[in-house]
Amino acid sequence: MGESKSQKSVEVNAENFSECCSCSCKNIKTILAKYGSDRVRLMDILIDIQTNVGCISKESVKEIAENLNISKVDVEQTLSFYHFFSEKPTGKYAIYLNDSAVANMMGRSDIAKALEEEVGCKFGSVTEDCQIGLFDTACIGMNDQEPSAIINQRVFTNLTKEKVKLIVNGIKNNFDVNDIQIEGYCQATHKLITSNVCSNIKKEGPILTKDMKVGDALKKVILMDPNDVIELVKQSNLRGRGGAGFPTGMKWQFCRAFKDEKHYIFCNADEGEPGTFKDRVILTERPELLFEGMAIAGYSIGSDEGILYLRYEYKYLQNYLEDVLSTLREQNLLGKDIGGKAGLNFDIRIQFGGGAYVCGEESALIESAEGKRGEPRDRPPFPVEKGYLQKPTVVNNVETLCAVTKIIHQGPKWYRSLGTLDSTGSKVMSISGDCDNPGIYEIEWGFTVNDILEMVGAKDVQAVQVGGPSGSCIASNEFKRKLAYEDLATGGSMIIIGKHRDLIKDIVMNFTDFFIEESCGSCVPCRAMTVQFKNKLEKIYRGNGVQEDIDQMLEWGKVMKMNRCGLGHTAANPILTTLKNFRELYTAKLQKTDYVSEFNLEEAVQESCAAAGRIPNLGGDHE
Amino acid sequence: MNKIKIRINDIVCRGEKGQTVLEIAKDNGIYIPTLCNYEGIKPQGSCRICTCMIGGRMMTACTTPALDGMDIVTNSDELEKFRATIVELLFAEGNHFCPTCERSGNCELQALGYRYKMMVPQFPYSFAAKDIDADNPKIMIDHNRCILCKRCIRRKKEKDNPNWFVFKKRGAKVQINIDHELTADFTDKLAQQAMDTCPVGAIIRKEKGFDVPIGERKYDKNPIGSDIEGLKE
Repeated sequence: MGESKSQKSVEVNAENFSECCSCSCKNIKTILAKYGSDRVRLMDILIDIQTNVGCISKESVKEIAENLNISKVDVEQTLSFYHFFSEKPTGKYAIYLNDSAVANMMGRSDIAKALEEEVGCKFGSVTEDCQIGLFDTACIGMNDQEPSAIINQRVFTNLTKEKVKLIVNGIKNNFDVNDIQIEGYCQATHKLITSNVCSNIKKEGPILTKDMKVGDALKKVILMDPNDVIELVKQSNLRGRGGAGFPTGMKWQFCRAFKDEKHYIFCNADEGEPGTFKDRVILTERPELLFEGMAIAGYSIGSDEGILYLRYEYKYLQNYLEDVLSTLREQNLLGKDIGGKAGLNFDIRIQFGGGAYVCGEESALIESAEGKRGEPRDRPPFPVEKGYLQKPTVVNNVETLCAVTKIIHQGPKWYRSLGTLDSTGSKVMSISGDCDNPGIYEIEWGFTVNDILEMVGAKDVQAVQVGGPSGSCIASNEFKRKLAYEDLATGGSMIIIGKHRDLIKDIVMNFTDFFIEESCGSCVPCRAMTVQFKNKLEKIYRGNGVQEDIDQMLEWGKVMKMNRCGLGHTAANPILTTLKNFRELYTAKLQKTDYVSEFNLEEAVQESCAAAGRIPNLGGDHE
Repeated sequence: MNKIKIRINDIVCRGEKGQTVLEIAKDNGIYIPTLCNYEGIKPQGSCRICTCMIGGRMMTACTTPALDGMDIVTNSDELEKFRATIVELLFAEGNHFCPTCERSGNCELQALGYRYKMMVPQFPYSFAAKDIDADNPKIMIDHNRCILCKRCIRRKKEKDNPNWFVFKKRGAKVQINIDHELTADFTDKLAQQAMDTCPVGAIIRKEKGFDVPIGERKYDKNPIGSDIEGLKE
């Protein structure tokens, strides 16, 4: 009874989908068998079904639940958490247009309009013939070539109205997206990369320079005692490049110390921080360096299994990366008896995400890899003790693991000679926004913001967003600060915002919406306060704010520290850091009074008066 | 040696290894407000109300294992203000109509509202349109009153059994989702258990209610936390 009722309500809600829309998955049994009916592999199962038929229907949910021996709501829990999974059909061609702040700065709204015109439906819906769907999506890691969109896993960058016409034309002629030819795109680095994404490396440093033979570092390592390898990494003072800056060697040592039958190495390639795209470029240009680093980490902590958790947005790299992995296996750098050392086994598999920023948090990433919603865990216990499948697990950033390979190859002393005393080595920076040369710059720690602005050709700069929305938005008085853990720490991105931009509307509001959308919804302040912040911000922007509104927001900001994870801690940073550094933009919009009523009596009674056929009496003259 | 000593609000408290900060505080007559915590269920700090300063860091008392020598502050003005803010956020986020609610007087959210002397939340009410799911024959789920504490989810954690209650969606759209097929033959006992697990009036038994009149319920007589704080005197 309940079942038929809820099915009916789904049909009613699916306004834009006509009868022809069906998404029953015919080869669901093959997919389930491929993953051994393992509940832990639910993400892979959902991804395969979504990719195959463009949605995951009630029937599919039922079949998955029965096969995995879990409840239907369990399947729905994971399915409904991730942006790229859908219970409703998304069309044969699902177009996801980036809605990040920089995409908007680069003309996204014109592209969105052109898409709606060419396709013939609005964003958030599917054409009547179920062929094409239009959807918004958070930053897809293409900030250096916006506006960009993902269509059936292929990325189309630098979109113009002309390109939109060509693409939609190709789609309407039923072309496979990979066969749509567009002139003027840069060539892919490898034939297996199906998207024409430019790597835009503008400055190479120690990580990005190709100066070593693949496998040399690993072959050196396997002759050493694992503890000595960890010691080398500790001597280099390498700190995690994801943003938090935890010493890598120490993390490995903790993990190794927890005795268990199995240990895991995860590479966090969920790069979801808007404005960051360095991992995309490293994975495209130097994947061997990363995989070698994972193998070294595996040897050091005593693990035989590595998992690369890759964001769904980078699925276009899948075939290429699988190919790199097989080559490494052929070279005996992965697989069994590595480097001829009997019993030394290590292999890597790729785990895709489903579109969720919070999965960049290491414990949420692990939950997701276990097939669950990406909700951060309570700590302690930390992943080094109880991580993936409750086994000791190391989670390292892409760049960190690449640095490890170079450190082993060239020695910790060499690495310490780069950067500053507390921040050794280099940082791969993603630079985008209002500048002449957006792209990837590998710099030594210690460069100032001014150094970088000059390097990338940025003029008339109003603000720089350092480290993405979760970082801080700084004004020119701080441009002399150094990029370093001890000064201006960053996970690796800078968005340059010109003087002609409306900082509150173009940046702060976009970022605030982003955090509301990406919260996992577990902690109260992260789930509910972000919405209150947004409403308050809009009130001030409309010109109805008073000084007390700003005072309140500053107080609310303190409560965000109560949240469990980094997303929650930083979700108000776009507002709080601009309140700190650009207060005048807010105060200029305030009313010079104590209270402004937003209640409009005339508007409020309009509907009821119309229904009752009465003329509203707003004069206050009662007879 | 399983005995440990910790300092809570400058008072030396004794407990045992393996206990959480919350448990030791309770045994020593110190009340730390909670909403998502429920005795006997594995804690998961999601409401954040029990956040304390533990070793100088903000951590949830319900999930943090006590370690010998820990120094904890549970009741600073700032922490109390933060807790009041969370209570207010929950009242503004949902649609809570205390006077007509079956849980009035037995409701932990309402009781905390009284503890923090909330007259009206500092936040504008969202007046969000939320559904009532009444498909189950024994209980109804009122999303208007749900504070998303996950107690019902976590209560049902017997191994090898599929979950009855789970979360759906994320962020501000997150809600409790019940598996109607698996709960179709819910017994009265299970229905009562589900209702008792809920800190508010989001899970309500059908065809039964107001057994105890308003005015004679748990928190009508004694404010929340008074049972624990009473231990001290």
